[in-house]
Amino acid sequence: MDVLTPRSLSEALALREAHPEALPIQGGTDVMVGLNFDRAHPAALLNLNEVVELREWAPSGDGYRIGAGVTYAEMMSGPLAAEFPALAEASRTVGSPQIRNRGTIGGNLATASPAGDSIPPLVVAGAEVECTSVRGARRIPVADFVTGVKRNALAADELITAIHLRPSGVAETFLKVGPRNAMVIAVCSLAVSAGDELRAAFGSASPRPVLVTAPRGEAATFPAQVAAAASPIDDVRGTATYRRHAIEVLTRRALERCLA
Amino acid sequence: MRINVRVNGVPSEADCWEGESLLFALREKLGFPGSKNACEQGECGSCSVLLDGVLVCACLVLAAQADGHDVTTIEGLGTEEELHPVQAAFVETGAVQCGFCTPGLVVAAADLLERVSDPSDDEIREALSGNLCRCTGYVKIFEAVRLAASRGAGA
Repeated sequence: MDVLTPRSLSEALALREAHPEALPIQGGTDVMVGLNFDRAHPAALLNLNEVVELREWAPSGDGYRIGAGVTYAEMMSGPLAAEFPALAEASRTVGSPQIRNRGTIGGNLATASPAGDSIPPLVVAGAEVECTSVRGARRIPVADFVTGVKRNALAADELITAIHLRPSGVAETFLKVGPRNAMVIAVCSLAVSAGDELRAAFGSASPRPVLVTAPRGEAATFPAQVAAAASPIDDVRGTATYRRHAIEVLTRRALERCLA
Repeated sequence: MRINVRVNGVPSEADCWEGESLLFALREKLGFPGSKNACEQGECGSCSVLLDGVLVCACLVLAAQADGHDVTTIEGLGTEEELHPVQAAFVETGAVQCGFCTPGLVVAAADLLERVSDPSDDEIREALSGNLCRCTGYVKIFEAVRLAASRGAGA
């Protein structure tokens, strides 16, 4: 196994093209678990820690471009938290301080777990994933980027370079169910924004992200609509029945919060 | 592969397997066994170290990612002759039982007090939420952090 450590984005993209078998590693909070437990056997690792371009975020057009290497810790406070409160709330629920200092938004999308905490708020925000290769860059809506459980639309020569999203400008929130407040993989989770259109997306309740929308006038039936759109499974963290019920309750609470 | 890491201010070199964690390199190659190896998945916090001043789980950092960077371990916080104020407070309040989680908790608590000199209980709880202790039940650990804060450990 080799560790490839590019010092710039252009070098990273050239290495990605030359070594499509290399597994990208940024914060390492998912990749290292696979290595430590001898479950992942990548032919090589592409260490993105030294690519400063991936760590940057900035206003872009009428929204923001958040580099793939921006951490949960950076999203849960400061200017990004003020613009994207639901994403900030979701970031605060990730793991522990140690995990939030290392884990990144790009890594969460690359892993593409149904339990990925950043994914519901990104789906509600209509965020797009910027995927870049030596051939150029393209943008894919988050809901299309995640193609299945831990599967994504990234081509073999592409890296996730950034997320593009606009502040909703309306009340929004994120809720998560788990056995304790820290170090929890979501039993289920939910992001909601409540403008003229109600928008919701859940986590740990479908193999791929699902966006549920309704006119604001349908707030009374929206919780049932969101629960009906879920396709949860029974697993070690909870039952499908519990998850569907919890999503209805979470949607009701989220609307109480947002419409108050 | 060869990595160069500045550990507790001292330039250090080690030969590492490419998939090896910083924790393994610290304990088995670089001679810093203070950081403990338990869950190997970021759940327990017993391997907490500072990487370029940022609190991380050393088990979730690829050793190669630390090449050219600064790492502070529990060994860098105090000496046997002169304990770090957080270490002294842990001893005085009896916040240590089996001691396995203690290095990680001391590093996390010292990191908190560097940022927040007079933390509330909620801030202590949040800052230590990634560090598990299976003996003391946390009451004495909280006492230790409050004692260290009252002595200006973060000043």
